[in-house]
Amino acid sequence: MSVVNDIAPADLRLGLKEVRSVDRVVIRFAGDSGDGMQLTGDRFTSETASFGNDLSTLPNFPAEIRAPAGTLPGVSSFQLHFADHDILTPGDAPNVLVAMNPAALKANIGDVPRGAEIIVNTDEFTKRPMAKVGYETNPLEDGSLEAYNVHPVPLTTLTIEALKEFGLSRKEAERSKNMFALGLLSWMYHRPTEGTETFLRAKFAKKPQIAEANVAAYRAGWNFGETTEDFAVSYEVAPASQAFPTGTYRNISGNLALSYGLIAAGRQADLPLYLGSYPITPASDILHELSKHKNFGVRTFQAEDEIAGIGAALGAAFGGSLAVTTTSGPGVALKSETIGLAVSLELPLLIVDIQRGGPSTGLPTKTEQADLLQAMYGRNGEAPVPIVAPRTPADCFDAAMDAARIALTYRTPVFLLSDGYLANGSEPWRIPELDQLPDLRVQFAHGPNHELADGTEVFWPYKRDPQTLARPWAVPGTPGLEHRIGGIEKQDGTGNISYDPANHDFMVRTRQAKIDGIQVPDLDVDDPAEARTLVLGWGSTYGPITAAVRRLRASGRSIAQAHLRHLNPFPRNLGEVLARYDRVVVPEMNLGQLATLIRAKYLVDAHSYNQVNGMPFKAEQLATALEEAIDA
Amino acid sequence: MPETNELLQLVPKAEAKQTMKDFKSDQEVRWCPGCGDYAVLAAVQGFMPDLGLAKENIVFISGIGCSSRFPYYMNTYGMHSIHGRAPSIATGLATSRRDLSVWVVTGDGDALSIGGNHLIHALRRNVNLKILLFNNRIYGLTKGQYSPTSELGKITKSTPMGSLDAPFNPVSLAIGAEASFVARTVDSDRKHLTSVLRAAADHPGTALVEIYQNCNIFNDGAFEVFKDKDQAQEAVIRLEHGQPIIFGTDGAKGVVRDSLTGDLNVVAVTEDNKAQILVHDAHAPSPTTAFALSRLADADTLHHTPIGVLRSVERPVYDTTMADQLDTAVERHGKGDLAALLAGNDNWTVVG
Repeated sequence: MSVVNDIAPADLRLGLKEVRSVDRVVIRFAGDSGDGMQLTGDRFTSETASFGNDLSTLPNFPAEIRAPAGTLPGVSSFQLHFADHDILTPGDAPNVLVAMNPAALKANIGDVPRGAEIIVNTDEFTKRPMAKVGYETNPLEDGSLEAYNVHPVPLTTLTIEALKEFGLSRKEAERSKNMFALGLLSWMYHRPTEGTETFLRAKFAKKPQIAEANVAAYRAGWNFGETTEDFAVSYEVAPASQAFPTGTYRNISGNLALSYGLIAAGRQADLPLYLGSYPITPASDILHELSKHKNFGVRTFQAEDEIAGIGAALGAAFGGSLAVTTTSGPGVALKSETIGLAVSLELPLLIVDIQRGGPSTGLPTKTEQADLLQAMYGRNGEAPVPIVAPRTPADCFDAAMDAARIALTYRTPVFLLSDGYLANGSEPWRIPELDQLPDLRVQFAHGPNHELADGTEVFWPYKRDPQTLARPWAVPGTPGLEHRIGGIEKQDGTGNISYDPANHDFMVRTRQAKIDGIQVPDLDVDDPAEARTLVLGWGSTYGPITAAVRRLRASGRSIAQAHLRHLNPFPRNLGEVLARYDRVVVPEMNLGQLATLIRAKYLVDAHSYNQVNGMPFKAEQLATALEEAIDA
Repeated sequence: MPETNELLQLVPKAEAKQTMKDFKSDQEVRWCPGCGDYAVLAAVQGFMPDLGLAKENIVFISGIGCSSRFPYYMNTYGMHSIHGRAPSIATGLATSRRDLSVWVVTGDGDALSIGGNHLIHALRRNVNLKILLFNNRIYGLTKGQYSPTSELGKITKSTPMGSLDAPFNPVSLAIGAEASFVARTVDSDRKHLTSVLRAAADHPGTALVEIYQNCNIFNDGAFEVFKDKDQAQEAVIRLEHGQPIIFGTDGAKGVVRDSLTGDLNVVAVTEDNKAQILVHDAHAPSPTTAFALSRLADADTLHHTPIGVLRSVERPVYDTTMADQLDTAVERHGKGDLAALLAGNDNWTVVG
């Protein structure tokens, strides 16, 4: 493996200090919402990606834009796990915590294992900020952090000192303290620096003075690590040369991968992409991203509400666009009636649900998988909708294309169920070659498709393809195919209004049969040692479940693993797979929604393992739960 | 018809001459006998050939309610959607397909109650839609509850002691929602109805046409004042652009501006005040006078109700500006290059 980017500035004097090699590290940056922790994490991630480590990230921030400074609700953090081998999760517990203030320390210390390193900004550990979060004595001095390797660093003072040449106000200079911290951590882990300097100069291109101040703070942080005696050791994490097959890679978040998947699907289908959407956390980034790519012919429509968002998308679908609406759980609830209409109209439509904690407004910035049953059943009448779920951030690209394939082939709305963890988390992604992307082209109806008894050639909007049961997609503007569709039950074939009981029975069953007949790949089972217990997951739990399974196998336990991408219809072989095992365990970030479906459909005594705390599973905890299931 | 609407040039023309029959679908019309909807349907089917547009490029989209069955009876493309949502569906279609002539058919409940939000936002965006709002001041399909345009105190099945909520004046609402074209007409006046539909079709952007429509089952006679010739002459103000606003027998009544309040008043026309009679200017940039005209109507009796085109101004059309942005993006950045997009600016290569 070779890495294109430079590794470090030429004047590194690493030889002066001890360098330890480690195989993986988990770092958590934590500070106030206004401290720029997400940006700091993003930059460290970018440096790490270009260095060639495998990585996984977990941004964690409050729903409030700027909660009161220095308070516990205002703490924002970014966790990054990187390694010299392939990894699957953002890590259970940080090896290093960077705490920019007392609130950040207090909010995160519970997750930090003893012996870990903690870098604290001592400038903020004064009476008021400490009192604000309930520290009666200074935790840096009262011995409560004895079990940790604490590095007290006056980050604010050092930053202001480093920038005194720039003639900035104290407040302006102080803002660069996150870059000082980034520089220090970049030194500690031998991260390449060029990318961040280029990034800063581009970000502040219109304010060159601020750009240079940030670069200076970043360098000062690096130099501080190198010169101060408190940091005696730096760490090397070698590139993950075994983890990556040949190819070109970039780091990508779930929402970005999903946006690209939609643009790619439009191109592969040779249809204009149309997004009707209303801003909602954590889905808005897809609207933002697609809005940037109008030169791909992408139309983005920010509607007056969730209902209008999907309404516009459905209108565009009628007109022959690849139509998409993006939202989160509360938005799905509002769109339900229109989804039902799309089921009845049998038009292609993608409904992207970036799940978050519920019910109601719930936890807007936290993750959950509790919309599965809403996607499956949340409509009036029998209104089956296919469901596709990505498993990792990068997988959102392929999942979006797959959802488009199903929508276009079967003329149906399709749910794409991502979640907050996938949306904001990131990982390296092997950039696909365009000629490897699937062909998604479909044929619009262009002429009559039915002959009446008297020999007249007519167009029947509900005459189905015998293979897929899809109805023809006849777009306005096509001469001779003028027809009317609607939400009232329609007669098989002609599509005319029909209240005939037998026809309704037939249409309900036919719409169901169409969805049941969707071609999805068989479920792969990873079972190297003929285990008796199967762990079955779906969506974003893939990383933690796989990491837990690895741990169990490394300790000599045998367990089989399978992960569902298609929740409706299920893969054909799912029943047979489930029947092979004595025990089936289903970990989910809900109270057992997949388990409920599995139990109902296959009469399998599936066991649930659930967590609904707004955070992804931790591998260690999951491994313990799975081990208990094996031994049960 | 005069083709001042350049957006209509984007819609293909019919190759052969069309007749009213071409626009009738094979579906049996299922409105109650005597319903005002029949008259509107006949007027629309009769006027469509004059537009000269290819009928495959015409789409009717409706919501829910009696009037929303309309698309089934038009031999064009059509969608009978869900309650209140037709403007949003039509917006998606019109903004993605500028080669289509998109019409929305809705009612007072559909447009002003459950779909009020979509209506006002369609109007402010100025999407190229023609919205026909059938106002019968009652809920017909659900069998006779009061609607958001019913007069205060209306006795219905759901308001046995009288309704408590003040009605909307749809024209006032539309003007307040930044509509660029607002008109009102009556089902029983075929000639007037047709002329207003023509003006709407010719307008670039959203056109809202309120059509007073009689529900002979649940609210019969609601618009009797428009039908009875003698009454109509005294009650109805027929607006003509560029003409003085006078009505009544021998034009005995007129509309003047109160110099103290700026409001409009109905007065008896005399030699002294003749010069002060307001001349209707549908193209006035400010909506103030059009709004004031819409307020002359008595919500209960409908006396002094203006009909005709109250407002017709040109302003940027959403679908056009949306398409312009797509063109500008290509000019600035070139046509989208998917390989370059996926590769991004920050990638690395792993070789064996």
